[in-house]
Amino acid sequence: MVINDPILSIWNLNIRYGQTLAVKNNSFEIEKNKVTAIIGPSGCGKSTLLRTLNRMNDFIDSFNTDGTINFDGNDIYAADADPVEIRRRIGMVFQKPNPFPKSIYKNITWGPQINGYQGDMDTLVEESLKGAALWDEVKDRLNESALSLSGGQQQRLCIARCIAMRPEVILMDEPASALDPKSTARVEELIAKLRQDYTIVIVTHNMQQAARVSDNTLFLYEGELIEYGPTKALFTKPEKQQTEDYITGRFG
Amino acid sequence: MILALSAFISIFTTLAIIAVLGKESFGFFQQVSIWEFLFGTHWEPLLEPKSFGVLPLLAGTLLIVVGSGLIAIPTGLMTAVYLSEYASERTRSIIKPIMEVLAGVPTVVYGYFALTFITPMIRLILPDTQIFNALSASIVVGIMILPMVASLCDDAIRSVPVSLRQGGYALGATPFEVTKNVTVPAAFSGIIASFVLAVSRAFGETMAVTLAAGATPNLTLNPLESIQTMTAYIVQVSLGDTPAGGIEYQTIFAVGALLFVVTLGMNVAANWIMNRYREVYE
Ligand SMILES: Nc1ncnc2c1ncn2[C@@H]1O[C@H](COP(=O)(O)OP(=O)(O)OP(=O)(O)O)[C@@H](O)[C@H]1O
Ligand SMILES: [Mg+2]
Repeated sequence: MVINDPILSIWNLNIRYGQTLAVKNNSFEIEKNKVTAIIGPSGCGKSTLLRTLNRMNDFIDSFNTDGTINFDGNDIYAADADPVEIRRRIGMVFQKPNPFPKSIYKNITWGPQINGYQGDMDTLVEESLKGAALWDEVKDRLNESALSLSGGQQQRLCIARCIAMRPEVILMDEPASALDPKSTARVEELIAKLRQDYTIVIVTHNMQQAARVSDNTLFLYEGELIEYGPTKALFTKPEKQQTEDYITGRFG
Repeated sequence: MILALSAFISIFTTLAIIAVLGKESFGFFQQVSIWEFLFGTHWEPLLEPKSFGVLPLLAGTLLIVVGSGLIAIPTGLMTAVYLSEYASERTRSIIKPIMEVLAGVPTVVYGYFALTFITPMIRLILPDTQIFNALSASIVVGIMILPMVASLCDDAIRSVPVSLRQGGYALGATPFEVTKNVTVPAAFSGIIASFVLAVSRAFGETMAVTLAAGATPNLTLNPLESIQTMTAYIVQVSLGDTPAGGIEYQTIFAVGALLFVVTLGMNVAANWIMNRYREVYE
């Protein structure tokens, strides 16, 4: 698929854990200010691929990769690339909500604080929480522990703390899979709202979700990129048999 | 059944200890007022004129506890942070067993080590230091309890979920920032527990302290002087030829009761701190 305004360009990417090849020779681009969904059966390498995009796999000893991932014109795995800087600009929301065991307020301010944010913290907290559609629920209890929130609220707090960093890209690994349907709906609404200001890459198991929230969809199967295209086209007229089998629920 | 019995043994032992301590100290406090015991500044129970002020022993104990804590707590915590967050599996597999060996060395050996190695070193730098001195004892007790602090803190830090660390990294934090602001605070209750255990251990430590710090009840906070701790006093009297039943003999129960109360107080305080923070952190 040709992408007019790519923010991430991936060429011939292989990802290994030790000797095992988890992602095989993927090449694709992520469109700026759009939502890209990565779908595929369990174990096909979705999380592996996603976590490679902001160097979150660096902490796994057996992890190694080749190929290039260009972000803003620079290879993020180049020898002189700074992984901390990359993660600052490419944020991540995880499958299980993982707020810090600190107050709601501090959950938001911590990232900007360690990164030398100079502006007004109260404003930032309010804006970020509003951005994550959580402000009204927590504005009177900002100093309470983040762990006192419900799972859905915790996940929106994690999104709020991520957008407080003003990242250029937000990676989300099944952000709603641990949530109940109502919280899931709220997170989906939120993604629809965030797409105006951010580039989002979302991994999901749930094909309806991918169809609802994304502009482009990438189908991954056993580490191989099978099909990548506009979501609507991919779900209505898949080009590959494997894609069709997967989205019609014949396997996976 | 056997399990219940085992539990009963420890309960019974505790009760028996309390009963004996209570009975014998009761006899003691009929002759010496609690006030005189707790606030008297002179401890000379074995020689005339006798005096029963426990403060010198308390001060001696305090010197050792504070001194060894100052050594073991920061070093132990830093060792744990290094082991859990920075060291490779290989380094870890070398350092961990060494620490276990260190923790298993008999305390007498530590005492001799202090006397024959640490004290001469101190006297090289500070020639006025007495042969028996609190500093040497503090250092050696600090070394003794260090593996325990390091090992327990390491367990506490490693039990912090990986997802929490990842949350930190995903916000553009450096490993140091994640350790300092995320991992260590999340392990806080376990870390405090290890400090308390270490301090209790220093508090009750006897053998190494007797060997290194001497047996001179001394109301001082100067670590270069010889002192005596509460436990060291108890051993001195128990091993000596003090006749059972006399007031001299009863002193050790009074001192023992004080030890018991302070240790209990520390454990209660520790539990309180841990519960307080557990609410926040789990
Ligand atoms: N830390 C790791 N070490 C070794 N192998 C791993 C590691 N993480 C994942 N793998 C392997 O890499 C492959 C891809 O895993 P990955 O977690 O990326 O799949 P996924 O598509 O996200 O699956 P799911 O939908 O279940 O989350 C799997 O075979 C998995 O066993
Ligand atoms: Mg996954």
